[in-house]
Amino acid sequence: MSWFADPGWETQVRHRSRIWLYLLAAAVMAFLVVPTLIVIPMSFSASQFLEFPPRHWSLRWYVSFFDSTSWLQAAATSLKAAFLTALVATPLGTTAAYGLFVSRLRWTKLAVPILLTPIVVPVILIAIGVFYAYVKLKLVNTLVGLVLADSMLAVPLVVMVVTSALKSYDMNQEMVARSLGASRPRAFLLVTLPQIRFAVLTAAVLSFLTAFDEVVVAMFISGGDNSTLTRNMFNALRDQVDPTIAAISTIMIVISSLLLALSQILGRSR
Amino acid sequence: MSLRRARADAEPNADALRRDALAERVALFGLSLPALVLVIVTMVIPVAWLFWLSFLGDDGSVSLINYQRLIRQPSYARIFLATFEISALTTAICVLLGYPLAYVLSQLPPRLANLCMIGVLMPFWTSILVRTYAWLVLLQRHGLVNDWGIRLGLWNQPLTLVHNFGGTLIGLVHIMLPFLILPVYASMRAIDRVYLKAAANLGASPVHVFWRVFFPLSLPGLLAGMLIVFILCLGSYVTPEMLGGGRVIMVANAIATDIQLFFNWGAASALGVVLLVLTSAILYAASRLIRLNRIFGGHGP
Repeated sequence: MSWFADPGWETQVRHRSRIWLYLLAAAVMAFLVVPTLIVIPMSFSASQFLEFPPRHWSLRWYVSFFDSTSWLQAAATSLKAAFLTALVATPLGTTAAYGLFVSRLRWTKLAVPILLTPIVVPVILIAIGVFYAYVKLKLVNTLVGLVLADSMLAVPLVVMVVTSALKSYDMNQEMVARSLGASRPRAFLLVTLPQIRFAVLTAAVLSFLTAFDEVVVAMFISGGDNSTLTRNMFNALRDQVDPTIAAISTIMIVISSLLLALSQILGRSR
Repeated sequence: MSLRRARADAEPNADALRRDALAERVALFGLSLPALVLVIVTMVIPVAWLFWLSFLGDDGSVSLINYQRLIRQPSYARIFLATFEISALTTAICVLLGYPLAYVLSQLPPRLANLCMIGVLMPFWTSILVRTYAWLVLLQRHGLVNDWGIRLGLWNQPLTLVHNFGGTLIGLVHIMLPFLILPVYASMRAIDRVYLKAAANLGASPVHVFWRVFFPLSLPGLLAGMLIVFILCLGSYVTPEMLGGGRVIMVANAIATDIQLFFNWGAASALGVVLLVLTSAILYAASRLIRLNRIFGGHGP
């Protein structure tokens, strides 16, 4: 084990004399990852109580999810809201990021902070503010209201992701296209957009996940037929630890992991 | 002939070009209007409305009654104190756990480090509800931790690990850790190792090299991470609501209760305003110490 006796990195400390550090790091790593992943095997338990490792395997909690109209309806609402949010927030955020990046008017100094406020203001305050406004606008418990609120929460993420992509993009290319006769929209669509498409795709995935995972605002403004999955989970968990939620959690983990993996693969394959 | 006339003669289109350029910049700015309108209508105006509500008394006249109640009722002082206590504790634990992990990760070969970063980032793509649920399952009376603790003979009776302060703290640390690790890891990766070699070469012991050279260089990332964690903690709602079992009431929970149970918009708004002002004040004070763009521009996906 010569490696073990070697100094680690440029620290002059041998690996074996700082083994405590590695153990601590491994423990923290486990703390980060294991609790979330442990839900997956538990969701396949046949027992009424959640156990690990499950003594008997079964799909009963998945059956109980797919047999329940209220859970299915909530899942449909969440998926619809998330999809529509990605559809609304991505173009809105992308055009805003592009416009503000190129315009350089003095007003942009004011516009950028306004677009980013939803990530700075505590979400509970946004939630009751939106609730108050929606009561007046009669948008409570509607899909439109949900999508608008989720899009507002997602826009700052889209703006940040796309702006950082534009910063590393050479704007001269667009100028070349325009000097060759392309209009600005044409130059943007044919030259700039294809080159920042990975960022736009990432932004769309983030918007989807933001809406799909959103709890606090949905607590206040979603309900009835348009109640979201997270809202129903939240309410169910206040009463008891229902194993059906382990199955739902597993489905949610799979959906988000697949989406992110997909966006990564698509981004690499260019 | 004035200078202006001279220039106008030399470049006859200068004014028109300038007007054109300005018009185009205004049009480009216009591209941001849909997003701006969305954020202003669904967020800025409603929150401004809450500000206004917080200054209305019970009879609808302008008054400071809501804020006077905040000061007079000791229960509100307790809530703010608890919020600060939990946020400070969470931040401290995140530093103690996150800094060593980031340190080890920053010394791993890039491929292995990237693999580990997927684990660190996993919480970012799993719902906060899923993770809080996981803790509920693990920490409950007959949950996994109690089960194994008793089986291994670590303790005899099932311990109350959740629905209390401790459970909330565990859940919050789990959610906040990645926010600390990311900026710390980024700033550690950026440190030029030549400094460490130079210090060692000049006779500094490893402990000296770490505390006098490495640690100060990683400090900007650490401060940024601590700031994000603290700010996010101040406004946290879901974790204390689910893991606190009604015993842990942070500001956000008090706001929600004021609305859902008592329909008291004035009290809830006043609490919200204080929370927002505190958050902004901390952010502003910190922005004078560290550059904020490190925080918001620091970690792209």
